[in-house]
Order: sequence, then structure tokens, then C-alpha cells
Amino acid sequence: MSTRQPDAAGGGKLRAPLLFAAMAALIVAEGMTSGWNGALVILNMGLISAIMALGLNMQWGYAGLFNSGVVGFTAIGGLAPVLISMQPTPGAFSAGGWGVLLALVVAALAIAAAVWLNRHLTGKAKGLSIVAVLVVGFFVYRWIFDPAVAAIQAINPASQGYLGGLGLPVMLSWPVGALLAALAAWGVAKTALGLRSDYLAIATLGIGEIIVAVLKNEEWLDRGVLNVTGIPRPWPVPYEVDLQANPAFVQWMTDWGISPVTGSTVLVKLLYTGIFGVVLAVLILGAQLALKSPWGRMMRAIRDNEVSAAAMGKDVTGRHLQIFILGAAVIGLGGAMMITLDGQMTPASYNPLRYTFLILVMVVVGGSGNNWGSVLGGVLIWYVWIKAEVWGPKIMHTITMSLADGPLRQHLYDSAPHMRVIIMGLILLIVLRFAPRGLLPEK
Amino acid sequence: MDLLNALVAILNYVVIPATAYGAQLALGALGVTLIYGILRFSNFAHGDTMAFGTAVTIIVTWGLQAAGVSLGPLPTALLALPFGIAITAALMLATDRVIYRYYRKVHAAPVILVMVSVGVMFLMNGITRLLIGVDEIRFDDGARFLITAREWRDWTGLAEPLTLRSTQAITVVVAAVVVWALFWFLAKTRTGKSMRAFSDNEDLALLSGINPNRVVAVTWIIAAALATTAGVLYGLDKSFKAFNYFQLLLPVFAAAIVGGLGNPLGAIAGGFIIAFSEVGVTYAWKKVAGYLGYNADGLLQLLSTEYKFAVSFVILIIVLLFKPTGLFRGKSF
Repeated sequence: MSTRQPDAAGGGKLRAPLLFAAMAALIVAEGMTSGWNGALVILNMGLISAIMALGLNMQWGYAGLFNSGVVGFTAIGGLAPVLISMQPTPGAFSAGGWGVLLALVVAALAIAAAVWLNRHLTGKAKGLSIVAVLVVGFFVYRWIFDPAVAAIQAINPASQGYLGGLGLPVMLSWPVGALLAALAAWGVAKTALGLRSDYLAIATLGIGEIIVAVLKNEEWLDRGVLNVTGIPRPWPVPYEVDLQANPAFVQWMTDWGISPVTGSTVLVKLLYTGIFGVVLAVLILGAQLALKSPWGRMMRAIRDNEVSAAAMGKDVTGRHLQIFILGAAVIGLGGAMMITLDGQMTPASYNPLRYTFLILVMVVVGGSGNNWGSVLGGVLIWYVWIKAEVWGPKIMHTITMSLADGPLRQHLYDSAPHMRVIIMGLILLIVLRFAPRGLLPEK
Repeated sequence: MDLLNALVAILNYVVIPATAYGAQLALGALGVTLIYGILRFSNFAHGDTMAFGTAVTIIVTWGLQAAGVSLGPLPTALLALPFGIAITAALMLATDRVIYRYYRKVHAAPVILVMVSVGVMFLMNGITRLLIGVDEIRFDDGARFLITAREWRDWTGLAEPLTLRSTQAITVVVAAVVVWALFWFLAKTRTGKSMRAFSDNEDLALLSGINPNRVVAVTWIIAAALATTAGVLYGLDKSFKAFNYFQLLLPVFAAAIVGGLGNPLGAIAGGFIIAFSEVGVTYAWKKVAGYLGYNADGLLQLLSTEYKFAVSFVILIIVLLFKPTGLFRGKSF
């Protein structure tokens, strides 16, 4: 956001390359000291975080819209790999698939009818008829939906009990994830934009929790807390066991003097790094071009002064809606990529602190409004978040040296990993206070 | 058709739990709405403030229990509550001095303050975790029930049981006392009046010599008291788990907005509206329908309890669509 302040950032043109080089050095140091496998795990998730931060930066950095539901857009994006790439459960669709679809159509029609009535009626008739349509619609929906769901969940519940996916290549699910997140964003932004800025923050908080609740509880869709495992890998990425069984690969690794096990895990992660790097490069190219275009200038003009932008004839709410949906789509893309990387969908793991507010810290630390800043912030903050879990106990060990062994010391020691939450809070507050424009300021 | 038993079932499963929950939400929403009215931003750290205050109260409670102090039939936590409030208020004043005051001085946009409150949320969340961990904790002691199912059956001879847990009664009584005290304070005392003036029109209040630092400090203290009380009552009634308190943020905000942000009376009404809708929509009405002569196949549950947050959200959206200032016209004390 634009709390215009004298820019204390030194380094000029070299600042960004230097900071990126420092970040790369941190990753390399991690690789040298605790192994390349671990370093690449951090880097890969860092790249995905960078993509999510890029999406949030569009909303917060370009437009000043506070999205506190990133976790929801991440989660709904993560649903796409399940729906697209898992094999369909035999018989599930004929058992209840059509029923579920029909029920969802009924629900959509009821809501559409209510919206239509809201536009075309007035007075008492309006309220009553809307309530009537929604209540009848809800009961019809449940009447079709419940038996269909029961039928789906009855099929081989130990390992399936859900509709399954379409069995298509998992890479296809990435744009689908973006689309799902965009749809959810459209729904919430349509109602909460154009009101006081805090309202969007609270409405997105709500939609985030609801999406996660749906994914946790709708077993017919994604097996809920039973998790979907074994999501296939994208095309060029092989499985470690196949590599290790491949004599040519084993020979190749032996020639290099690397154990085939280590070699295969590192190669797999390097391939992911490559794919994610390409996606990130395409996104940042697009984002940079958009930001430098007349459209980008208009966005910043709206952010910096809504009233004068409106006076110039710009549709403030319309543009906000556009950028909010676009940003959510990028976040959803990141969510789909993350589930592809993990190879499993675990809805219970979507925690708002980790997936909403940590991404906010990434954007602010990197530099709100600066795309490169989001990338830097994404990787850097992810690195700190992971390492802080290791540093916490070490620091606590030093602090509690003088204490005698006892319940207090044990308690402090056990809770030391939570230190990273405090560290993140401090980083956010210090950056907001002393360097509100972040590591890489906007201009 | 058995009207009496149906009424008892509704009372037992809907009215009593929702009243207790509504009182807890109302206290939480009062804190949010007060901060919004005076400091003019939505405080995302409020859920974690509730968690922190409750955590401190629990630790003091354990200390008191270890020292053999008890309140007899009442939970020891009530005795520990003032300590929890004092420590939470001290922390709030410290955060205001170190963190928020600067942004007031530079007249930062409200949305920046929301962002700052996210930083504070991280801090308080981390401190709470350090203090007490992330596990679920029950800290209610004393008498469990005011009315047990057996006593009820012996008294009335009705088939349908009714229980009244002591924590539910305590919640309502404490909440009523706190709300009365707050309204008395806002309406009658000099400081309370200056707070209302400050909320109505900051410039005019400053012109008439009201000390803004004093108003802000008192607001934080009251907010700390409300948050801690709400958190402790919720924890006594259900249980303490830091993450659940973070999740309370949504219904609490929804209550404050539904009632009209900045309006204390609205916050209370909003709290009860949200609570009754949540409990009513997630309750399985099969039994009641049975007493009324309709034997249903299903549970007659509109939404499963996992979706209770969806209820706050839907009410929030409806209010935003049709009455964005809330039912009680927000931003006026």
C-alpha cells in the first residue's frame, strides 16, 4: 500500500539483483550444510509461495484490497488436481453423480431466482417471495442431494467413497484450480466490494473458512479428512522408485559418484523446480507487462486516490472486482501446484495462519506493489518460516541454559517451535513501521 | 402432539445453549465494536486477545487451585478473571504504546491499521502458544449443573430431559453485569461521555478539550476486559483451544457488523442473532418434530455442525447486501 514515505532503501539499481543473489546464497548454503534434498524442498515450496504472494500482491499491492481468505482460494485451487487427475471411482457417477449435479443446479437456480426477484419486485412481496424461493429451493436441494451423497460414499468407503476425478493429466488442473478460485472470488467480491474496506477483509475471512470447511466435510467430493493420496505427477517428473530401478540412471549416478537414492530424489525435485520456475516466469512477465500498461497505471491511480480516479470516469468497484478475481486466480493456481507437488490433498492442513497471514507477510516484506518483491518475499519468508522452527529450540536452549531442569524449562523447550509465529509477527510489524515499502519498493 | 415436551426440547437444545453462546459472542463483539468506534479499524487480533486473556486466566486458576483456593460451587476461574483482565489490559496498553500509537500520529488509512493488527495477531498467537500450548484445555471446576436431567424429571414428570449447566447460568449473569457496567460507564461517567463524543466526532471532541490518549487508553482497557471475559466464559462453557478462539473472529465480527459497527447495543443484538441462527440451523429438529406429531426419516438438521461458521457468513452477506450499516445503524454510540 502506498503510505508514501521518504525511501530509505539504498542500493539503487543493484538492490534487487543483490537481494536475489543473497537469497540464492542462503539456499545454496542450506544445500551445502544440510543436503540438497532439503534445500530443494524449501526452494520448491518457496516458489509456490512466491506465486501465491504474486496473486495477493495484485489485490493488496496494486489495489489495496485486503484479502484475509487466501487459505480458501489456495484450498479450492488444490481441489482441482483431485477433480482432474484422479481416476474416476467406478460406479460412483451412476450411483450419485447425477444426483449431486442436479442438486447443485437446483441450488444455483434457486439463488439466481432470488437475485432476479430482488431486482424485479418491490415492497413486502419481495422479501416474502425471496425467502419462499430460497427455503423451497433448499429443501428440494437437500432432498436430491442427501441420497446421492449417501450412494457415493457407500462405494468402497475405505479407499474411495468419493466421485474421483476425470483421470486427465494433472497439469490440466492448474488452470482449472485458477478458475475455481476465480469463481469463489467473484462470489465474495460481488457482495463485499464497494462497501467499507474492512468489510471485504471480514467477508474474505468468512469465505476462506467456509471453503476449508466444505473440503473437510464433503466426503463425496474429496474424501474430506480421509485425504486423497496418490495424485499423479505431472508429465516430465518420474517416480523415484522407477529411476532407481532404471539401470541407465543408476549407472549415470554411479559415474558421478552420487548414490542413486539421493540422486533420484534430487532429480525429481529439480524437475519440479524447473516447472515451477517456468510458471513463475510466465506469471511475472504477464504481471510486469500489465502493471506497466495503461491498465496498471489506472489501477495504481485508483489505489492512491479513489475519489479522483472516479472523477476521471474510472469504474472503481468494477476494476477492484477485476483485480480481486485475477489475484485469486493466481492464488488458486499456486494452490493447485502445491497439491501436485505434495501428491496428496489433506484438507485438515489448511491453516489460516500459514496460508493466509504468512502470505500477507511475504507480500509486505517483499514490497507491496512490486512483483519482484513478492517473489523475493515469498522465497525468503518461507525460508525463515521453515528455519525458525529449527532455530527456535536452539535459541530457547541458550536462553534456558541457566535454568535448572524442571517442568518450566521443559515447557519452554517444548513450545519453542512456536517461536516462529512470534518471529513472523515481529518481522511484519517492524517492516510496516520502519520500511513500509518493503525490501524492494514499488518504484 | 405433545406441545410441552416439544417446548422443553427446544429450551434444552436451542434456547439455553444459544443464549449462553450469544452472551459470549455479544461480549466479543462489544470489544470489536468499541475499538472500531474509537480507534476506527477492525481489530483482527481480537480473537487472539481473547485467547491470551483466557490463557493467563487459566494459569492463574491453576495457581489458585494449587494453593487450595476455591469459590465453592463457582468455578475458580471467576476469581482468576480479574488477574487475567489486568495482565491482558497491560499487554494491550503496551501494544498501543509501542505499535498502534505511531499509526494514529501519521493518520494511517484504516486498512493499514488492519494490517498492523494482523502483526499483533501473530504476536499474541505466538505468546499464547508459548504460555499454554495448542492443546484443548478444560478448566471448569465447582458445581457442574444447576438442574440435572434427573432432578428435572422428578420435578416435572416430563419425558423430555432438561439440564442447565452452571457455566451457562454464570455466562449469562456475568455477561449481564458486564454489559450493565459498560453502559452505565458510557452513559454516566465523564470518561464514558468523552468516549462517546470521541467516537461521534473526533475533531469536535478534540476541540472541546478531550484528551485523546486517555480515551484510547481506556478503550484498550475496556476491550481487554471484554475480550478476556468473553474468552473465559466461552472456555468455561465449552473448552479452551487457541485455534478455536481465532475461529471465533468470524462470528464475533459478523455480530458486530450485523448490529452496526461502532454501536454497542447492536453488538449485543448481533451476538444473539448469530448465536440463535447458528444453533437453530445446526440443531437436528427430528425430536421436536416427533413431539409435534411428525415422524421424520432424517434428522431434520438444516446444516451439519461443521458448517456453523457458514451461518455467520450468510447472515453477514445478507446484511451487507441489504443494510450495509447494520440493523442498528453503525458508527454512533
